[in-house]
Amino acid sequence: MTKAQPAKSRTTTSRTTTSQTAKARPTGTQPTVRSCPFDPPEEYRTLREQEPVAPMTFPDGAAGWLVTRYDDVRTVLSDPRFSAKRGVLRPGGPEGDDAPAPPPGLFIMMDAPEHTRFRRLLTGQFTVRRMRQLTPVVEKIVAEQLDAMAAAEGPVDLVQAFALPVPSLVICELLGVPYADREEFQRNSATIVRLNSGPEEFRQAQQAMRGYLHQLVLAKRENPTDDILGELVRSGELTDEELTGVGVLLLIAGHETTANMIALSTMCLLQNPGQLAALRADPSLMDGAVEELLRYLTIVQFGVRRTALEDVELHGRQIKEGSTVVASLASGNRDAAHLADHPERLDVERPHSPHLAFGHGIHQCLGQQLARAEMKAALSALLDRFPTLRLALPVEEVPMRDDMLVYGVHELPVTW
Amino acid sequence: MKILIDEGKCVGAGACVLAAADVFDQRDEDGIVVLLDAVPPHELLPQVKDAAARCPALAIEVVE
Ligand code: SF4
Repeated sequence: MTKAQPAKSRTTTSRTTTSQTAKARPTGTQPTVRSCPFDPPEEYRTLREQEPVAPMTFPDGAAGWLVTRYDDVRTVLSDPRFSAKRGVLRPGGPEGDDAPAPPPGLFIMMDAPEHTRFRRLLTGQFTVRRMRQLTPVVEKIVAEQLDAMAAAEGPVDLVQAFALPVPSLVICELLGVPYADREEFQRNSATIVRLNSGPEEFRQAQQAMRGYLHQLVLAKRENPTDDILGELVRSGELTDEELTGVGVLLLIAGHETTANMIALSTMCLLQNPGQLAALRADPSLMDGAVEELLRYLTIVQFGVRRTALEDVELHGRQIKEGSTVVASLASGNRDAAHLADHPERLDVERPHSPHLAFGHGIHQCLGQQLARAEMKAALSALLDRFPTLRLALPVEEVPMRDDMLVYGVHELPVTW
Repeated sequence: MKILIDEGKCVGAGACVLAAADVFDQRDEDGIVVLLDAVPPHELLPQVKDAAARCPALAIEVVE
């Protein structure tokens, strides 16, 4: 897996560093400074209003563009003139035949029709109906984790006790990955999505992940299973190398993202007592609340990268063939031109909360219905089970994941 | 109102099913959109338009 590189990676997680980088940030890189843990950096507002297609410089010195409005993000992500094979045409980096090919099976870095082949094999496993059928399994896993949590005296770290194990158990069950091996793959997965892991550390984690999944694929060839990986093996459509890549992708995507949405949503609700009370008073609001939390918190914090396959004009800017465009999902989701009614406000009763949290275009999150099912089950049961849930430390002291591709909290100590 | 679907474009995201469950479904095998009602009653127009707007792959066209 290739790491997206935001313009500015932080080396520590403390807030003080955030304010220091505010001064140090050279113009034209991607905003990183948050004034509130639940808001994207302030600067996005100015960019949306004044410079919707802003020139920016990547850490390696390459020039590119940052797109911040809702409509433009959708355009960049759904227009086939923009390619997901980032790096292949990257100016300043190795180009054309010299660019390293993405590992086999990494379909998030493919364009149609190559991408279509993988997507088609998987979409049937993640339909709305399949995910509804899976809900009892998810609810059981949620209940078991909450039982264990309730048995502890508190305070406990909600990430380790609940937010991470739930999606991790679910994706392991779905994919057919032994949960007992979690320590190793959770660690490797974290290294892969951490911004400041060194190149060697990154390479090793990536290799370890691939090695692990490769063994699993071989085992499933010997002894067929009826989980997703097992079925893919049986379909005979993919090589072992491709199956390994798909497995790595689904395993990482399956727990990093949802775990952070569960923990960050909980923290956000605890900080918004009025919203929390509304949700407790009327559990039927949960479906809408999940959409609103996805919109409001959008954890893909550095946007999605695309490469222009030809010259494209956007808002009078000439995006040259080969240049990289970053589409900021978090910024698009706070665009007042798209959502007139105070997009900066969390409103779990918002009648309609369309958003870009799962991206847009042919790469829109494959697991989005699973993520929704998990968030609903997890948040409903957690609020229900712990009516007096609260943070066990001042909110400013919660270590935020500014240093990860996927935003959220490193730890969330809670008590009840 | 008439609905046209481009199966070739569909990426099985299911956004249409969430927006208008009476009109759209997904095939079990591959998650590709299934049109339950190609000429739905007019009351469903807002939902159908919403589904078309949300479809990430621009696979749904609504002819009014
Ligand atoms: S929303 Fe679009 S891509 Fe998703 S299932 Fe419906 S038609 Fe297919």
